[in-house]
Amino acid sequence: MGIVSPGFQGRRRPSGPALPPGQYLTEDFPVLSAGPTPRVPLSDWEFVITTETGAEYRWTWDEMWSLPTETPTVDIHCVTHWSKLNTRWEGVSLDTLLDGIDTAASYALAHSYGGYTTNLPLDDLRGGRAWIVHRYEGTALPPEHGGPARLLVPHLYFWKSAKWVRGIRLGLTDEPGFWETAGYHDYGDPWREQRYQGD
Amino acid sequence: MTEPDPGQPGMDHLDGNMLAGPLAEVFAVDLTTATGRCASCGRTGPVAGLRVYAHAPGVVARCPACEAVMLRLVRTPTNAWLDLRGAAYLRVPMPAEPLMAPGLAPPVM
Repeated sequence: MGIVSPGFQGRRRPSGPALPPGQYLTEDFPVLSAGPTPRVPLSDWEFVITTETGAEYRWTWDEMWSLPTETPTVDIHCVTHWSKLNTRWEGVSLDTLLDGIDTAASYALAHSYGGYTTNLPLDDLRGGRAWIVHRYEGTALPPEHGGPARLLVPHLYFWKSAKWVRGIRLGLTDEPGFWETAGYHDYGDPWREQRYQGD
Repeated sequence: MTEPDPGQPGMDHLDGNMLAGPLAEVFAVDLTTATGRCASCGRTGPVAGLRVYAHAPGVVARCPACEAVMLRLVRTPTNAWLDLRGAAYLRVPMPAEPLMAPGLAPPVM
C-alpha cells in the first residue's frame, strides 16, 4: 500500500447544476459491457505505456501497487444517461505513471484485455484527473466493473474510463477507439453533452 | 482469459434474433436470416446465432466461436452507424429470380 492522499473532490459546482444535461441520478451501479468479461490472473496482469517512438514502460501488478496511491471521490456520468455521485476509488494517478516518460504525443489510446479501446487527449490524463484504479468503495474492483484494474477519467463520459485496462498508446494523431469509430464523440465532455460525432 | 461461459443467451448476452428490430429499421429485409462469415475465424452461420451484447452504448454482435466482433450498430438521434468490418460477408436469402437465357434479353423499351 502506498501513500494515500486526501480525498480528491470531483467536479462539483456548489451553485450550479448537480448533473450534466440529459443525465438522471442513479443509486445503483449499472453494468455495461460490449463483450464477455475478461478474467485476468494477477500473476499475468501488466500495464504498459507505449510512446510514439515505440518505447515501452511496463508495470507488473506488484510494481503498480507499490506506487503511491490516491483515493479520489468523484461523480461519474455514463453516455446512456445515468450519473452516479460521490463514488470512491483507489488508484495510481496517471501523473505518476507518465512522470519521466519522454513523449511529444498529444493523444492517447487506452486498450484493454478483451480488445476494447478508447481515445482521449493526453492532456486529459494529466493534472490529477485520471487514475488506474483497483479498488472501489473500499474493496477490490469486481470484474464486471473492470477489475482487476480500470482507467478512471471521471470528467469525461464513462466509456472513456476503460474497464480491464491493459495499457495506453501515446500518439501524434487522434486514433478513434471502439465506440468512437461507431458514432460516439472523440472527446465526450458530459457538461457539453458531447455524446455523438458532431455534438 | 474470459470467464467460463456456457454459451447460453441470457447469461451476459442475447442471441442474434434480437437484431431483427434494430436492423429492420435500417434494412428492408430481416437480416437475422442472413448467413454471415466471421472475418476473424471464418465460421459461417446465421446472424440469429451471434452473441449480442446490448447492455452497452450500442449493439455488439460477436462470433459464437471466437468472440470477435462481427457487427456493431449505434443508433444516435439522427443516424444509424453500422460497422460490419468483422463480417467477411452477409449472404441474404432473396426471392427466386427467373434466369435469362442467352439471346432472350427483354426488349429495350
